[in-house]
Amino acid sequence: MQYEAVIGLEVHAQLKTKSKIFCFCSTQFGSKPNQNTCPICLGMPGVLPILNREVVAFTIKMGLATNCSIASFCRFARKNYFYPDLPKGYQISQFELPLCQKGNVTINLNENTKKIGITRIHMEEDAGKLIHGENLGQPDSSYVDFNRTSLPLIEIVSEPDIRSSEEAREYLLKLKATLEYLNICDCNMEEGSLRCDANISLRPEGEEKLGTKTELKNMNSFRNVQRAIEYEIKRQTHILDNDEKVIQQTRLWDTGKNETILMRTKEEAHDYRYFPDPDLVPIVVNDEWIEKIRKDLPELPDEKRKRFVKQYRIPEYDAGVLTSSRPLADYYEQCVEMFPQPKTTSNWIMGDILRALKTDDKEIMDCPVTPKHLTDMLKMIDDKTISSKIAKTVFEEMYSSGIPPVEIVKKKGLVQISDEDSILRIIQDILNKNKAEVEAYQNGKTKLLGFFVGQVMKATQGKANPALVNTLLKKNL
Amino acid sequence: MEITEKDVEHVSSLANLKFNDETKKNITTQLKKILAYVKKLNELDTTDIQPTSHVLPLQNVFKDDLIKTIFDKEISFQNAPRFDKRHYQVPKIIE
Repeated sequence: MQYEAVIGLEVHAQLKTKSKIFCFCSTQFGSKPNQNTCPICLGMPGVLPILNREVVAFTIKMGLATNCSIASFCRFARKNYFYPDLPKGYQISQFELPLCQKGNVTINLNENTKKIGITRIHMEEDAGKLIHGENLGQPDSSYVDFNRTSLPLIEIVSEPDIRSSEEAREYLLKLKATLEYLNICDCNMEEGSLRCDANISLRPEGEEKLGTKTELKNMNSFRNVQRAIEYEIKRQTHILDNDEKVIQQTRLWDTGKNETILMRTKEEAHDYRYFPDPDLVPIVVNDEWIEKIRKDLPELPDEKRKRFVKQYRIPEYDAGVLTSSRPLADYYEQCVEMFPQPKTTSNWIMGDILRALKTDDKEIMDCPVTPKHLTDMLKMIDDKTISSKIAKTVFEEMYSSGIPPVEIVKKKGLVQISDEDSILRIIQDILNKNKAEVEAYQNGKTKLLGFFVGQVMKATQGKANPALVNTLLKKNL
Repeated sequence: MEITEKDVEHVSSLANLKFNDETKKNITTQLKKILAYVKKLNELDTTDIQPTSHVLPLQNVFKDDLIKTIFDKEISFQNAPRFDKRHYQVPKIIE
């Protein structure tokens, strides 16, 4: 039978504040274990948490950027459970009154656009980090580092509007781009500053009623999110095809085995006994505060994409790729400012630059080729100092050494030969050496032109101006 | 809703507490009495009264996003029952 997947994502994003959500401890990643702790985040009796104003502001930013309505009144709740990474025995979170609700983001997939609803965005604190047994010390112990405890998080809960692993990936990439544009999260899935859980169920195509869902956790990269969802869709399809029932459960993605494994079934699911946190007073957000934040919002991915299409007249696809991250979009705009040929620039960035970065697993911020260097090279192609074929060599050299392209061209003698006399001399020489081919050409085998062009390029180590070579060859054959 | 021994078992397991049968019975009786007492509040007409989320008439108490060291970490390290390699040591929690 054909099934339709119904997927909702819960995304946790760590907010880039300097200090923790309820105390003055630093949020610095990579500090010595338990360095960034104090009685408040350690949950000592008698302490009083105070909310970091910046956390509210950041959350409102994300809410506005995803078309949510911002609650004028909200509060924190305690989510109660026992685990050694949770020193208080409860997590301070929001429950019935979250700060943001009922928003949406638009995703683009295969030239189609689709709106994915956002149920809510709420603020909460992170838990600590556990290291188990031999990884640190004794096999019968676990070890707790509370540096991460009480780092500010937002949880972004989507509506079950997602229908495939590709849509899930696009949605996640869109959230990431938005968080990065707003400069409120580092979005590093490997380091855990962006985390994603998925709820998945299947239903026969055309059916309204939802099937039994499973929850997927532990997907610590964009690729794993997509893979885990694909695996889970297959697993559930197999169960339903065999007339069996999907059991509601939490499953973990196992990166090594490339499959999801059972973590716990619903019977063991927690009863969190949420209740309003009496230590924290309610938050009232007035229109003035919202409008002040709205005014300061940067240009967001969708707006930038539309502007790129209009201003630079590049295809929608190019604009989508270039605006997928803010640093990439900035890189592109710096280039176009120095070399106002938007499509040529876009081709090089989307092709050679992104390919090289992907191979090295680097981000555009770490690109060894600066916008100045790239555009200096493009200018040399444009004024025919170098051929586009030679440019590939220059690019590789520039990427691996960071040397300015002008120097590379000078040092390696890569300047294009556009001097008619020099090329003519080479052509004569080649025609003399290849009499048989010349005759064949003159008898109508015009395909041999390519052969002659190749010979000239070979003789000049690719430096001859190809257009000129073509013209001159035709004249002399 | 009457409190039963089953509710007491559920809540105590959530709270990580273990009681013997006698204590369990005792707690059940006590909780019943407490809830019966609180039920008295239902006699009040609260139709036009906003639910209270905080007992103090306060809102928007914030701190600035600043880093401050307010406490000597060594004291909390020393306070831990077991502390090793800069980590709080606990019984192993996964197999």
